[in-house]
Amino acid sequence: MSDYNAVSTVEAPGKSRTLAGDAWLDLRSRKVFWIAAVLVVVILVMAFWPSLFTSVDPRDCLLARKHAGASGGALFGYDFQGCDVYAKTVYGARDSIVVSVSATLVAGLIGLVVGLLAGYFGGWLDALLSRFVDVMLAIPFLLGAIVLAKRLSADPQSNGIVAVIVTLGVLGWTTAARVMRSAVIEAKNQDYVTAARMLGASPARLMLRHILPNAFGPFIVVLTVLLGINIAGEATLSYLGVGLKGDAISWGLAIAEAGPYARTAAGPLVWPSVFLAATVLAFIMLGDAVRDAFDPKLR
Amino acid sequence: MFRYIVRRLLQMVLTFFGATFIVYALMFANVDDPLQALAGDRPITDSQRAVLEARYHLDDGFFTQYWHYVSGLLTGDFGQSLTGRPISEMLAQAWPVTVRLALFAIVIAAVIAVGAGVLSGIRRGGAFDTATLVLTLLVLAMPIVVLAPLAQLVFGIQLGWFPPTATRDANLYELLLPALVLGTLVVATELRVTRTSVAENLRADYVRTARAKGLAPKRVIGVHVLRNSLIPVITLIGVDIGALMSGAVVTEGVFNIPGVGFNLLRGIRTEDGPLVVGFVSVLVIVFLVINLIVDLLYAALDPRIRYE
Repeated sequence: MSDYNAVSTVEAPGKSRTLAGDAWLDLRSRKVFWIAAVLVVVILVMAFWPSLFTSVDPRDCLLARKHAGASGGALFGYDFQGCDVYAKTVYGARDSIVVSVSATLVAGLIGLVVGLLAGYFGGWLDALLSRFVDVMLAIPFLLGAIVLAKRLSADPQSNGIVAVIVTLGVLGWTTAARVMRSAVIEAKNQDYVTAARMLGASPARLMLRHILPNAFGPFIVVLTVLLGINIAGEATLSYLGVGLKGDAISWGLAIAEAGPYARTAAGPLVWPSVFLAATVLAFIMLGDAVRDAFDPKLR
Repeated sequence: MFRYIVRRLLQMVLTFFGATFIVYALMFANVDDPLQALAGDRPITDSQRAVLEARYHLDDGFFTQYWHYVSGLLTGDFGQSLTGRPISEMLAQAWPVTVRLALFAIVIAAVIAVGAGVLSGIRRGGAFDTATLVLTLLVLAMPIVVLAPLAQLVFGIQLGWFPPTATRDANLYELLLPALVLGTLVVATELRVTRTSVAENLRADYVRTARAKGLAPKRVIGVHVLRNSLIPVITLIGVDIGALMSGAVVTEGVFNIPGVGFNLLRGIRTEDGPLVVGFVSVLVIVFLVINLIVDLLYAALDPRIRYE
């Protein structure tokens, strides 16, 4: 990767460009990136200010309206409990985003620390941490998540948000750690790191100031993809009954609830599905575009 | 090859203990009082408690308990579900159904992935290639929780092309739609890997040689390119099995297929802890063994792996 940047800096003399700057220039010219970015922004706005999209309270349900079709007020009709499907779907974005972003941060933090330590110090620490990652990878993600989430969400009072964040975070860091480790190993043998070490920089300073910024590109890419995976993961866990519950509003929960009534009313099943798929799609496309921008070799 | 097998087996032993330990620790770490959970609201007398503690080894330390669990797993004793049925018996009944579903899904996915992958790899950038890339992107964005209920709704209920749910013996026709849904989990990645490796191999020297010898294009692609392109796809299948197992939980739940995933889902819904842990442990072991087999296969196919 560094070779490519060296080349591009030579071609444009007089103006030094960072990896992120290069990536941005590349991203700007991509259609996929803009489609994904617009989708992500819409979803984020929906997550933070759902009242911009609907004035209806998603918890204002009336059994008399059970499975009533679309009307002036309710764009997508009503579900089996007489809740407004459109309002519920809009409000579903919030927990979905909160959970997946937090879980990705947790996973990113664990992966960052593990990968940085294993990559920088090598030796027995690397052997130990790498074996641990291998062991974690031997557990199929959803199976591990079911066991852990079930354990964590035992408290009937909670709405399960923290439990799902911890579950997805604790089980999802392995790829991030692996990528971080190899990026660190690649970066630590560069000349500028040797130079800094000879100038007397401490291991902590070497890692944080010199190696980390240059190993960050691939790491960011993994985290972007992980965001999409976590959104799907939250929905799956909620669908299975070990994720969000109680007063939480989740697309996964909505799909699970609407499933048995699909024959009579398809809307409550279809709309959360569409929103969920669109969100995952947006993050996958964003991840693809960011990966191409950060790593020209992969094109 | 022998040294590789030994090394891989030693790794597998380590991974086995590590993975089972994690699953065990995740499930049983700081459970409040399992005996009270067993008894429900009724009080437990001290003598009852003593007997039960001895029976379930609850008076032992954490590691001794883990040892009892692992030795049970190794001897085929997976414990009992809360309903009193031995888990090995439930597994024996559910396994064949899930294996059939998973194999069906793997075959469907492989046929589509290799067929379309080769076609789009040959004409990279063409209309077919672009269409498949967009399609795989859409498929990747559909989690099984979205795809399974929607497929059931559209193809099972509204169009009526397939039976929307399976019966007790789950014949192949009933499994067709679920297998298609399950196959989408892996088809996109397999297709993209096939496409890339076909496109790469087409530029290889041996392909030029084969063409220069005057071989028919059909033979060059069907024999020379395909054989070399399939090696990375085969390794993917090992990884895919894990995804398929996870996907089977939701798919079997939606389509009412009485397999392993269906039982697991019921265990979750009925708060049947022993059942969940027993099933998950067995699935993890199966995943480990399949990965071992795939790795050995890969090493047999590609000598470079052995000398890593």
